[in-house]
Amino acid sequence: MRRAKVPREQLATQELAPVAGGGLLDRRIFLRRSLALSGLGLVAAGPANTARADAPVDDLSRPAWMKAPGQPFSNYGQPSPQERNVARWISANRAVAGNGVSWTPLHDLEGAITPSGLHFERHHNGVPQIPIDRHRLLIHGQVQRALTFSVSDLARYPLRSQILFIECGGNSNAGWHQLAQQTRAGFLHGLVSCSEWTGVPLSLLLDEAGLDPSASWLIAEGADAAAIQVSLPLSKAVKDCFVALYQNGEHLRPENGYPLRLVVPGWEGVLNIKWLRRLEIAREPVMARNETARYTELQPSGKARMFTFVMDAKSVITSPSPGHELKDTGIYEVRGLAWSGRGRIRAVDVSADGGASWAPAQLQEPVLPMAFTRFRIPWQWSGARAILKSRATDETGYMQPERAALIAERGRHGYFHYNAIVSWEVDEDGEISHVYR
Amino acid sequence: MCIVEPRCAALLLLSLWLPLCAASGAAPAVPPHLGRPASPELIATWNLSVYPDGRGLPPGLGTAARGRSIYRDRCAKCHGADGEGGSGGNLVGRGALQDGDPDQTVGNYWPYATTLFDYIRRAMPMDAPATLSNDEIYAVSAYLLYLNQIVGLDDRLDAETLPRIRMPNRDGFIGIDADLPRATH
Repeated sequence: MRRAKVPREQLATQELAPVAGGGLLDRRIFLRRSLALSGLGLVAAGPANTARADAPVDDLSRPAWMKAPGQPFSNYGQPSPQERNVARWISANRAVAGNGVSWTPLHDLEGAITPSGLHFERHHNGVPQIPIDRHRLLIHGQVQRALTFSVSDLARYPLRSQILFIECGGNSNAGWHQLAQQTRAGFLHGLVSCSEWTGVPLSLLLDEAGLDPSASWLIAEGADAAAIQVSLPLSKAVKDCFVALYQNGEHLRPENGYPLRLVVPGWEGVLNIKWLRRLEIAREPVMARNETARYTELQPSGKARMFTFVMDAKSVITSPSPGHELKDTGIYEVRGLAWSGRGRIRAVDVSADGGASWAPAQLQEPVLPMAFTRFRIPWQWSGARAILKSRATDETGYMQPERAALIAERGRHGYFHYNAIVSWEVDEDGEISHVYR
Repeated sequence: MCIVEPRCAALLLLSLWLPLCAASGAAPAVPPHLGRPASPELIATWNLSVYPDGRGLPPGLGTAARGRSIYRDRCAKCHGADGEGGSGGNLVGRGALQDGDPDQTVGNYWPYATTLFDYIRRAMPMDAPATLSNDEIYAVSAYLLYLNQIVGLDDRLDAETLPRIRMPNRDGFIGIDADLPRATH
């Protein structure tokens, strides 16, 4: 990596003056000065990922791949074989291979949309292989007409698309541990992904069935080997839920619910029932295992929080993050993701000095409600030890808490809904680790 | 060919569109109404929900004495010989939930005994779900309650008695984004 060789006096020193401790620069600097910075020979916006060393380009002649025809067309494109390490990390039950999770490698991704093949997974007993023509959705219970729908029936209904994150209630739960776990950012915080989902507004189907005025809950069940089932308030179902058939423009992937998935914007992942087969309209929640014995959070008082549906605001710096290495001092772009189940992200503040001072990051447009918001801010690393943090605030004014505050409020045994500020420490060698500070 | 008088058609469309437009603020959605009536037989077969008041429980009967051997054959491999857990969760224990790092078990955490029947019927055993008979499910539920000192070895569990069991942690929860259901017993 080259160092700046341009005389220092040519730098617009005022604009490169830090806006917060640890070398954070104004978030607008790349927008205003991108041409000038590249002209100065600074390593502007260089990725921190240096897992692969660049090869020297000694031979200046025309390379082999420009002297022979390339590969033919493909029916379904795949990532470059050189990117094969960009993969979900699987953590499954040793006795039942289909019970567990796989994590989205957030540290290897950019932008706001998660590639469908890298969307996180949480399966309770494997991925069913469902013949699409044999699948039916049943709506019954407190309705005037119990109905079934085939997938081809549903495909004829008016559709709606929305870009939404889905986050497992157990995401980031290593944060409750006494010691900071050392692994990649995505393998700590990657039980969250963001896709464009397209489907039938649930209100249309419920109107067709005719809701009984006494009904106030919806029980949703999947067609997997766990027949997974949850309850959610009917008011939410009518407001903005939909039965998704498509993800990122194509039919749902099997591991994301093919052929039908309930999408519950901004709410806990487990409610977004995959392989949706049954919707029961009810007067009360069913009190299923996955809303009583699991997905509840034991508090220090001995009482447990139940029906914690909304995913609170959260953010994480994805680059630089553990596993990346800063090989030289200079300018880097600090990049990350923020999201909130309560609406839009209003602001993300970044600190490079462990939270002593903060500067606002640039939010990538469009900033959508209940979707990933990418944030970025330039940072001049001096080579000194630094602690990077990000802190999201959503449109309700809710601000992501520091870890100590979250634990003071909830204890350490709630397991679910950990959303504290994440700290990455950069040491003098440019290596990055997860710390609690 | 069906001819609709234009003014009537306009009224019909308005009546369809207005509520949807008002609700969503988006372009009018005109659903094709393709739902087919679901037969009572289909609903009865598909509906696996068991509620805390016992709705959904099928006929059948079991005791812990009978459940012991079923547990040993079908459950112990993952949940341990005495329910202490393994690759599957720890099911037995009455420790206080305020302790340092308490195990959350059927005995000290689950609020409803009906959830045992519901969950075992829909999801257990993981390597062969939906292979236990209703009698066997009542029996295994009874055995887990027996291990947790909630029922006796020969107590008969069925659709009448299972919902009457009051679990030790029945009142151990706080509703956050929705109210808890009203007491059923």
